[in-house]
Amino acid sequence: MATITYLEAISMGMREEMRRDPNVFLIGEDIGVYGGAFKVTKGFIEEFGADRVMDTPISEAGIIGVCVGSALMGLRPVAEMQFADFISCGFNQLVNQAAKIHYRWREAVPMVVRCPSGGGVHGGPFHSQNPEAWFFHVPGLKIVSPSTPYDAKGLIKSAIRDNNPVLFFEHKFLYRRIKGEVPEDDYIVPIGKGDIKREGKDMTVVAYSSAVHWALEAAEQIEKEDGVSVEVLDMRSILPYDKELILQSVKKTNRVIVAHEATLTGGVGGDVSAFITENAFEHLDAPVRRLAAIDTPVPYSPPLEAHFLPNKDKMLKVMRELAAY
Amino acid sequence: MNKKKNTKKSKVAASVTNSGEKKPFFTASELDLKKFEPTDAQKKELYYFIMLNRAFDDRVAKLYRQGKIIGAAYGSRGQEATSVGSAYALGKNDIVGPIIRNAGAIIVRGLPVKNFLSNFIGRSTTPTGGRDGNSHLGDLNIGVFAPISHLGSLIINLTGCALAFKLKKEPRVALTYIGDGGTSTAEFHEGMNMAAVWKVPFVCIIENNNWAYSTPTMNQSNLKDLAVKGKAYGMEAVVMDGNDVFEVYRVSKYAIEKCRAGNGPILIESKTMRMKGHAEHDDAFYVPKEMFAEWQKKDPIIRAEKYLLDHKIMTPAENEELKNRVAKDMEEAEEFALNAPFPLGEEAAEGVYAE
Repeated sequence: MATITYLEAISMGMREEMRRDPNVFLIGEDIGVYGGAFKVTKGFIEEFGADRVMDTPISEAGIIGVCVGSALMGLRPVAEMQFADFISCGFNQLVNQAAKIHYRWREAVPMVVRCPSGGGVHGGPFHSQNPEAWFFHVPGLKIVSPSTPYDAKGLIKSAIRDNNPVLFFEHKFLYRRIKGEVPEDDYIVPIGKGDIKREGKDMTVVAYSSAVHWALEAAEQIEKEDGVSVEVLDMRSILPYDKELILQSVKKTNRVIVAHEATLTGGVGGDVSAFITENAFEHLDAPVRRLAAIDTPVPYSPPLEAHFLPNKDKMLKVMRELAAY
Repeated sequence: MNKKKNTKKSKVAASVTNSGEKKPFFTASELDLKKFEPTDAQKKELYYFIMLNRAFDDRVAKLYRQGKIIGAAYGSRGQEATSVGSAYALGKNDIVGPIIRNAGAIIVRGLPVKNFLSNFIGRSTTPTGGRDGNSHLGDLNIGVFAPISHLGSLIINLTGCALAFKLKKEPRVALTYIGDGGTSTAEFHEGMNMAAVWKVPFVCIIENNNWAYSTPTMNQSNLKDLAVKGKAYGMEAVVMDGNDVFEVYRVSKYAIEKCRAGNGPILIESKTMRMKGHAEHDDAFYVPKEMFAEWQKKDPIIRAEKYLLDHKIMTPAENEELKNRVAKDMEEAEEFALNAPFPLGEEAAEGVYAE
């Protein structure tokens, strides 16, 4: 087993799927010769050729719409949005065409849209967003968002094999900062299954993507300093999410924080909180807490962005408040 | 003003193009289309299909007035030749993306009119099982890619189909339609540009029927001939008489086979006219009466009938027989559709995701 970065794990998963299935092809802006804005597809055009690693005009609706058409004709396209922010230009194709085809006329649309997302990289309002909630409200789409290299590889492979449109949110801040052991053999992480990243008994943090890391760091600190035992549940899949695992954990710990980097209002955390309250109210010893970015665009200047984003210290504060409730 | 625009062939200055060519598009008469002439039997079948298309639309309108169609009832009166002639020119394995005025294309591809009509009244006996209405349906078994209401979308999707054909080296062609209004969308642009850059086997037919709901083409585009847009993408473009089903067939066949040979994509502008309102609820008060009168003279069914009789391709008796067959088809379709079962309410929850 090799220790590789989160970014390398995504590449490894895609490369394996492309070798396994000749119908898988990549499509996006600057993914071929240049290897992608973040170099996720570096070396792909050399191995698979320009027909399977297609550079496109600057046309996000075009990229997503072409995925839909080619998927219905038997291919398995994997699109890259250069930044997740640009997916707004392809919104219609995703929510009205891709998401509704199977419901309307029972044809499968096997396609993946990779979305490099997230802040902390001083990208400003248009290169830092976490837009998963825009799509969380759309039946017919699936959404995944890994936090570790192991899950990144396993989930990109599941996404490529899935017969539905899957949005794969990969966090830019984690790309080269997070390393982990990743098997070189073929494995998948099933869509819809969460994972307990840290066992605990006093409270649960339900999180995904970057928020998992703040939760893990804060959990270590609060355990050491306050003796509070925190369980960290990584959702991994956002749509559908693992309701069973969340209930199991909440019933065990009786206190819960739902955390994500995307902004608070209308975010995924609202739905998860409502689900917990509706289904495990009697098991709760305290109100469900949410930790998310503040309800503003993502600001550019470092102090502004630091104020905007949640982090380990903000997580720790909420944990302490919840423990004291 | 609109009448003038549609009856006069406009000339586009050579300066529109950068390539030095005199004209940015061909007209059908400038192409050698002899080898694409339909046989006499095909001509009669084309005539049958445009009549069936109209009878279908008329039946939909009748059921709408009777309150039996709960949603909107879109028709294609006046435009039957464009849908029928082009879809008829496709090969069995090709794919077509019809929009709301292309019922004829769906019928030609082989969806029985009884099942098609069921889709307007929400019954279970349709490719959508009642989950979508009117001509919003798709069935890959007959090579039909379903539209969404958002115009321009299919340009990209059918370009995607054509890209798949090219990548998989399959000798197939993708064809779709767009109205004059739909050419104003961003998705039209993205799809056309990609199709041209990748040289995929894709035929786009702009049905310039002069009206997008209540908006005349002059308020959609500053171009007199929308075919000029093809030139802008570096794509061959042809203008055809959209009310002549035989010309539509010849030009479509030319474009389809050229794409199949690897020389696509091609844009076709079909000059035609929407002879009713946007849908049955719209009485088209904004369309000048003289414009309707002018275009009535070019009615595709009357023209095809006259051609077939004048050229002795069809006898008056055969004509009667075809008309009776159309009437019978629609009687049976109505009987079937009105008695077809509704889906069960709880089926609404099924099928959001594929296995």
